[in-house]
Amino acid sequence: MDLRDLYQDIIVDHNRSPRNFRLIDPADLQAQGYNPLCGDKLGVYLNLRDGRIEDLAFQGSGCAISVASASLMTEAVKGTSETEARKLYEQVHDMLTGAETDVDPMDLGKLAALAGVREYPSRVKCASLCWHTLIAALDKQSDAVTTE
Amino acid sequence: MSTSSISPILSPDSETWAENIRREFPILDQQVHGKPLVFLDSAASSQRPRSVIDAVTWYEEHDHANVHRGVHTLSQRATDAFEGAREKVRGFINAESTSEIVFVSGTTEGINLVASSFGQKFIAEGDEIIISHMEHHANIVPWQMLCERNKAVLRVIPMDERGELDYQAYLDMLGPRTRIVALNHVSNALGTINPVKQYVAAAREKGIPILLDGAQAVPHMPVDVRDLDCDFFVFSGHKMYGPTGIGVLYGRKSLLEQLPPYQGGGDMILAVTFEKTLYNELPYRLEAGTPNISGAVGLGAAVDFLQRIGIDNVQRREQELLAYATTALESIPGLRMIGTASHKAGVLSFVMERAHPHDIGTILDTEGVAVRTGHHCAMPVMEYFKVPATARASLGIYNTRADIDKLVEALQRVREVLG
Repeated sequence: MDLRDLYQDIIVDHNRSPRNFRLIDPADLQAQGYNPLCGDKLGVYLNLRDGRIEDLAFQGSGCAISVASASLMTEAVKGTSETEARKLYEQVHDMLTGAETDVDPMDLGKLAALAGVREYPSRVKCASLCWHTLIAALDKQSDAVTTE
Repeated sequence: MSTSSISPILSPDSETWAENIRREFPILDQQVHGKPLVFLDSAASSQRPRSVIDAVTWYEEHDHANVHRGVHTLSQRATDAFEGAREKVRGFINAESTSEIVFVSGTTEGINLVASSFGQKFIAEGDEIIISHMEHHANIVPWQMLCERNKAVLRVIPMDERGELDYQAYLDMLGPRTRIVALNHVSNALGTINPVKQYVAAAREKGIPILLDGAQAVPHMPVDVRDLDCDFFVFSGHKMYGPTGIGVLYGRKSLLEQLPPYQGGGDMILAVTFEKTLYNELPYRLEAGTPNISGAVGLGAAVDFLQRIGIDNVQRREQELLAYATTALESIPGLRMIGTASHKAGVLSFVMERAHPHDIGTILDTEGVAVRTGHHCAMPVMEYFKVPATARASLGIYNTRADIDKLVEALQRVREVLG
């Protein structure tokens, strides 16, 4: 097991300088995610325009995997339609959990950097927290999302 | 000084002493991710020596039957083994009588038992229960639940930035409505050894019962419940080199006698009719159902193990290693210790700049080094220090200076990996 499979340069970079790391206030939709096991907390905020996610940002604290995953997510999802965002969520989820899938990680662009997480079962929740929180925001859930 | 005819006795200050003990723990002889295992997570659960494993296996292979029930030979052997373990535990904490030793599943159940039974009888609306800011969730939540049920008030002894409790604030808190104090002997998240004897004395002087959560104390230092003079003392087997699923509630007999039963069932009764049940004597009245017999046997063997090594030696060795480890960790740039009390057990909680504890844990694991990361079931402590989590290295009797050196080495990797 090589640590570099998990902490790839792109992950390290997005952890040190997370993109779209800000509050959108007011936001059309938002949700809070929480991982009680490790104390990760993040808020996901988004604005919609003509069915597209026009702006997407996050704030919070967490480990390198959760921060980098959220940062990468904002870049990948910004500008997509809600349907496309949900499809991307499914694909990333399959990639992280190692589910049987037709998706080639290479088609996921930079998000493929998270593929190494599947070798670390205890860290899958770190990478998926932001995605669950995004879906909760789209579903207009009022309760905070938790990984437990 | 008389000369000994047996092999030279090593001082616990010697590394060889610890290395010899380490060899008694089969699990430690393995590689993790291709590196020799360095186990620094004993505060979460310690490992078991060969003697404990063998005692449990022997019991399972030769002596098992239900206890206190049959006239047949195996039942008698099982009962002897189970009650023998109770006597060992009694001696270990110097309780006056085995009727004061209640077997429970662990510290958590022990505290829940007291909160439930004591609470049912003695806690009324407006009464006060005192705990501290550095408690494990197991010594917070049962009291909170009780407060909710009985409309009582939970009061919390504050602590300072070193992780030491405010004794004066505690004295001021002890009032006419205080019904019980519940305090940890040693903090699992910070390592603080609280001066519990003085806390007990202050409560007892006002006739207020006090429970000590001793889960992190018994593996590290001599404990004498009569010297402490506490009313309840609770601990777990699996943190003192024994099995999981077994623990002990010590209770002062005069107080235990007043507690209503915790659970109803077999073994806790003398006679049952549909009109009335006559309860059994102590400690059986508080032990409903078939107990964890093999767990108790293993716990008894763990007591034997600690007494063979000498709990004073354990303490001396760990204090020396703690000092070594503290100096080593403090020399790492960007590392901040959480919990710097003047009296500590072998717990080193820390955070590092620009490195989340969860990442530290994963990176150390790939170097074979096992530490705990997270909130350590003490979220109010994390809140106080304004950290989401810490990494925690905790010491056991099998740890050596070489383990600490490997930890320090592995921590250098954290910076390399995370940039």
